[in-house]
Amino acid sequence: MKACDAVVIGAGHNGLIAAAYLARAGLRVVVVERSEAAGGCGATEEVWPGYRVDTGAHSLTGIDPRVMAGFGLKEAGPRGAGLDLMSPAPCVVSPQPEGEALILERDPARTADLIRPFSARDAARWPEFVRAMSRASRALGVLYGTLPPRLAGAGRGDLWELLRLGAKMNRLGRRDALELMRLIPMTVEELLHEWFESEALKGTLAAEGIRGICQGPLASGTGYMFLHHMVGAGGVVRRRRQVRGGMGALGDALRRVAVAAGAEVRLGHEVASIRVEDGHATGIALAGGGEIAASRVVSSADPGHTLLGLVDPGELAPEFLRALDNIKYRGVVAKVHLALGEPPRLRSGGDAAQTALPGGDVAQAALLAGAAITVAPSIHYIERAYDDAKYGRPSVRPVLDAVLTTALDPSLAPEGCHLLSVASQYTPFRLTHGSWNAERREALGDAVVQALTEHIPNLEGAILHRHVLTPADLADRFALPEGNIHHGEMTLDQVFLGRPVAGWARYRTPIDGLYLCGAGTHPGGGLNGRPGGGAAARILRDLK
Amino acid sequence: MRVPSAVRGTPFHERTGPLCQAGNWRRWAGHFAASSYEPTHEHEYQAIRSACALIDVSPLYKYRLSGPGAAALANRVVTRDVDRQDVGRVYYTPWCDAAGKVRDDGTLHRLGASDFRLTSAEPTLTWLHENARGLDVNIEEETERVAALALQGPRSRDLLRRITDGDVAELRYFGVMSARIAGIAAEISRTGYTGDLGYEIWVRAADAIPLWDALTAAGGPFGLAPAGMLALDMARLEAGLLLVDVDFIPAHRAIIEGQKSSPYELGLGWTVSLEASNFVGRAALRAERARPPAWRFRGIALDWESLEAAYATVGLPPQLPGTTLRDSVPLYAGGRQVGYATSRGWSPTLKTYLGLAHLEAESAVVGTALEIEVTVEHRRRRAGATVAKAPFFDPERKRATP
Amino acid sequence: MRATNTYDAIIVGGGHNGLINAAYLARAGLRVVVLERRHLVGGAAVTEEIFPGFKYSVASYVVSLLRPEIIRDLQLARHGLEILPLESTVTPLPNGDYLGRWADHDQTRRDLYRHSPKDAEAYDDFATLMYQLAWAVKPLLGVVPPDPISPGLRDLKTLLMLGRHARGLDEKRFHALFKLGTMSAADYLDEWFESDPLKATMSASGIIGTFLGPRSPGTAYVLLHHYMGEIDGVFRAWGFARGGNGMVSESIASAAKSHGAEIRTGATVERVLTRNGWVHGVVLDDGEELTAKTVVSGVDPKRTFLGLLDPDELPDDFARAIRRFRIRGSSGKVNLSLSEAPEFSCLPGGGPHLRGAFSISPSLDYLERAYDDAKYGGFSHRPYMDIVIPSMIDPGMAPPGRHVMSIFVQYAAFDLKGGWDDAKREAFGDAVVDTLSEYVPNLADSILHRQVLTPLDMQEQLGLTEGNIFHGELTPQQLFFFRPSPAWADYRTPVRGFYQCGSGTHPGGGVCGASGRLAALEILRDLRRRRGAGTTAAPGR
Repeated sequence: MKACDAVVIGAGHNGLIAAAYLARAGLRVVVVERSEAAGGCGATEEVWPGYRVDTGAHSLTGIDPRVMAGFGLKEAGPRGAGLDLMSPAPCVVSPQPEGEALILERDPARTADLIRPFSARDAARWPEFVRAMSRASRALGVLYGTLPPRLAGAGRGDLWELLRLGAKMNRLGRRDALELMRLIPMTVEELLHEWFESEALKGTLAAEGIRGICQGPLASGTGYMFLHHMVGAGGVVRRRRQVRGGMGALGDALRRVAVAAGAEVRLGHEVASIRVEDGHATGIALAGGGEIAASRVVSSADPGHTLLGLVDPGELAPEFLRALDNIKYRGVVAKVHLALGEPPRLRSGGDAAQTALPGGDVAQAALLAGAAITVAPSIHYIERAYDDAKYGRPSVRPVLDAVLTTALDPSLAPEGCHLLSVASQYTPFRLTHGSWNAERREALGDAVVQALTEHIPNLEGAILHRHVLTPADLADRFALPEGNIHHGEMTLDQVFLGRPVAGWARYRTPIDGLYLCGAGTHPGGGLNGRPGGGAAARILRDLK
Repeated sequence: MRVPSAVRGTPFHERTGPLCQAGNWRRWAGHFAASSYEPTHEHEYQAIRSACALIDVSPLYKYRLSGPGAAALANRVVTRDVDRQDVGRVYYTPWCDAAGKVRDDGTLHRLGASDFRLTSAEPTLTWLHENARGLDVNIEEETERVAALALQGPRSRDLLRRITDGDVAELRYFGVMSARIAGIAAEISRTGYTGDLGYEIWVRAADAIPLWDALTAAGGPFGLAPAGMLALDMARLEAGLLLVDVDFIPAHRAIIEGQKSSPYELGLGWTVSLEASNFVGRAALRAERARPPAWRFRGIALDWESLEAAYATVGLPPQLPGTTLRDSVPLYAGGRQVGYATSRGWSPTLKTYLGLAHLEAESAVVGTALEIEVTVEHRRRRAGATVAKAPFFDPERKRATP
Repeated sequence: MRATNTYDAIIVGGGHNGLINAAYLARAGLRVVVLERRHLVGGAAVTEEIFPGFKYSVASYVVSLLRPEIIRDLQLARHGLEILPLESTVTPLPNGDYLGRWADHDQTRRDLYRHSPKDAEAYDDFATLMYQLAWAVKPLLGVVPPDPISPGLRDLKTLLMLGRHARGLDEKRFHALFKLGTMSAADYLDEWFESDPLKATMSASGIIGTFLGPRSPGTAYVLLHHYMGEIDGVFRAWGFARGGNGMVSESIASAAKSHGAEIRTGATVERVLTRNGWVHGVVLDDGEELTAKTVVSGVDPKRTFLGLLDPDELPDDFARAIRRFRIRGSSGKVNLSLSEAPEFSCLPGGGPHLRGAFSISPSLDYLERAYDDAKYGGFSHRPYMDIVIPSMIDPGMAPPGRHVMSIFVQYAAFDLKGGWDDAKREAFGDAVVDTLSEYVPNLADSILHRQVLTPLDMQEQLGLTEGNIFHGELTPQQLFFFRPSPAWADYRTPVRGFYQCGSGTHPGGGVCGASGRLAALEILRDLRRRRGAGTTAAPGR
């Protein structure tokens, strides 16, 4: 069989984007995916008849605009992929213990009004905060758009890259660059403390800084995580975009794009190993038998699985193996999907009318308009939830992020029914006592439902079906290492030049012709598509 | 609980302690090692070269690799081709980091198809574990559990065959066998650090004292004497054998790149099987092989006349070192520094002032005339030296099997 | 009158940095006065006989990395400084065992080997790497942080020098530094070691003085500090000053005086006086005014800029930066007078271990739980403690046969829920004694006197804002050119002629004295330039 130019492992969004770019550049590309659907974590599955559940990721924040535009993802018609992205005006509704709710909208002025009952001072600062974060995340976006520079032992080419990056940052303003440098190591608590006093507001915002990492809001690097989620969001906190028809439509669209560009996508084939001859990747062997020879192998699987699972360890240096071993995954997210027979109703803020806090109807309206529910009423609430995970048990009172997907897209459930997808943190992959099993899975489901019921009194009665995915389930279902949704914890040591491991942050591996293109590479996870694009750019440059 | 002692006796200490009249101890890997037993070490050196000597080498680090993946692990670590090592054979071998720089050297004893003993100068347990990924192998440290005695010298075979039940006389150079010595189960290897006929005997630590007693009881007629580190150091210099931390710095202990050496730069190219299975550092060594090496490791012999002349300027005869010197001194060719000598000393057998040296490749051809720095009455002088082939002393008996 | 009240330079605060600063300025011929609020100099480095016959190093208790050039330049040995070695660190364990690290390599290896053969090996590899890294970061400690916003020629030179230095590092070291700068001590050590007590004890150096647990990122790089001494030829870099840590201060004070500096104790500076953006002196709380064209503050940035100055005199963004500068205290101190030598149940009887430190850090979880107690506004019920018995090292610290014990305790929140009061202070002291008694059975009965310092006490008694021993947390966003604020990390301030020289400036923290020295060198540089250009030119900028 004639060797292809590149075989891409995994048809998640990063694998498909990489494949599409490579195919478009004229390479013969084959994508191999173990599941029967493309899209990886962005999966829509008919868990119960008539329901289309986004079992993995349930919202899209900032997919790289270059990908969106470059492949006409949003364009209708035969040439476009026809992806329909919906973006609700209210972004977050954050119910509070007393029944009131904090609501964040896309519009800063509107949001300031909604914050005012919690703190007039915070309301006054909000627009400036949005501007500051928008500037900082724009600066971060510049870093995301380039390869992490090589500093140690930098050659002439590296210095040139560094100068270009420096010039780009300089154009943004040195103060902004410096401010970003100051913000990155911060704790999200410290970052928010500089601006706000309202616990409700700080808690709601801090929840963005801990997503997917096993750290509390008092830990350094959570300020960076907060900004990471803001990249491409134009200063909007928890900017939500929902794909019409379910998240799976993104995978379908990207598959069409890749195929249109000339790539072949083979679903239902699992890769057993990567063939290496004399330090050079020469193709893959399939679990079901058969091999695909290729001049290069591009893996969107996580770095650990790719290099420790698919490659013979004898091909890699002990120090590199040790570095791979030391990648921290530590998945902490569990998913609970609920089919509801009636719309969830947020607890009406009984006293809210008297205290003039928003709640009740406003919050309910926001929820039905597509806002995500954030349960994180204070920074200490989040920190306490983390304390549990620190000692290896699920949070007794978890931080929740729930999306009523049917609010924007009723077609996802049968007439009159609703779908609520909940991400629950902290749910450690590794438990100190025992491991995940059916019993613990159901107990987790109960705990999540119970925590939500505090704010949605009709929830329990409305549940028709429940589907719980522990970090172990996520690991199995979506090939997420230790259930980590980002293919590797996005702590400061594991981003930029530390992603996936220090010294190999530029999509290459010590094996010639073997590249990584998944979320475990720069600039990380969150359905932004940048690793796929970055890896493709790297490969094409190496071809020259 | 008590505060741990920094230095411990070896399993032979009960015997070696009282024997050490000189009270001259040094530390070796956290153990007491006699520098010399007698007030001077000359007789001990002579025992090694002309009779037989007992040297306690128990502080060596010792590891046992066993299980189906043992050979694969050994192959992955050492530079030599373990696939070609027969059971009952010992390999002297270095091992490298991924950049092809030497971490350590030692001996690999193939005791069974899937049973190896590795000795090393530096702790190596973690390195072995790190390289054992994906292999079904059991790695066990036996440094404390196994006591080791080197029996070295031209009469060592005669002594050993007298008290050993196995056919030790037939044991070939770098062979290893199991046998009973005075009833004590032991592995005997035809190895050593003296460049002479000799053996190393490996027993359970609990059998150390009976072994010592059996050997010393039978050893009288063969001129057996216990020998310490000073005598051993002289012998190994004559044999051109490397000493860790003196002649090379383990790559993982080096502070700067310049302190590291590849096997080629240590004269150990013969141990590198580039076609063997993919050992750590192979790719780097292949690349190094493809270009001329920058450094060589060679013997040097000081020129007596020029030494005499250097000393004559202050009215002294040449002052010779009584023990092997371990500080490095510069070497020059054509007025330019081209290397440095690490170990240096007087060979009583060869009556030559010898050294081991790192030399830039172009000055490393055997026979090249160099100059070496010598300190004569507090003043730096230079004496002539010639690049020589090591080993300097290489008797036929070392390899011969009757 | 006026003549006696006019100086070339006034130093506010007689802590070790203020004294070092004064000594360097006086040595250069300036007429210098140090104004110290308390009755004795030293700030947090003082020896006091609180209980008759027993000398306490009240707050700071070991000499950590006092810069050797300072010891040389000021001839501190001649002025009475004698640093005695602190040779070992023993971590007693709840099961009656212990983990010890000793001055002797083989001894340490044996002890570690007992707990984990792999760790015994990794420990040497780790030390090799740390040695290399300490060498790599050393240039950072000796430079004046450049202004990253509008760099001048000199700033660019510094940046270039650092850039070249970074480029010269091999990748392995560079990446190790990257990891050290970003990781938690626990995660970093997890990559190397498996023994929990070893990791906990090593990580403890990363949490001292910070309000973070060992699993909080940003705590790893302090691991380097332990190895910093080795590259400077600072044999016995970690040691105990004979006569207590007050002797460090006294020797510096003596050196300063020998160069003509005047030291006034009991002189509380109320305010720094400015005119048209220039400093011109200070006023004391009794109304006395002292004038000088150079005023240097050795107190922390909060007190300096929000207390001694009117923040309105400062640019808005600078005042804002100072306000948000984090300075949360996290530790307390307990000093004990003992009727007999403490007997550790893991190592009963006397022995060399009593001359070393003891670390109550049996596991990482133990330290994390200690942190958990404090982070919601409490103090640790089972705290981390770093203990030395000064009378074992220097018998002069206590009457014959008796002993003093110095216990550094972490964590304690400054803003304790409900606030600190006498009862809570004693409860805090009880938690310390109770926890320690589990390892030292004869402790409670041998206590003759107990001194407990909460973070609030450290603020009130020693002038450390919020009780922070480093004048500001040593987090990455508060280091180097961020310390205490970008563009003002070069010891200068927006008020001309007014300088900062305390631990709140680069490199900050510990009794290392670099801030005091570097500030003095910058002041002298400005004065030379001022003199060269006539007195009208602004110093520095």
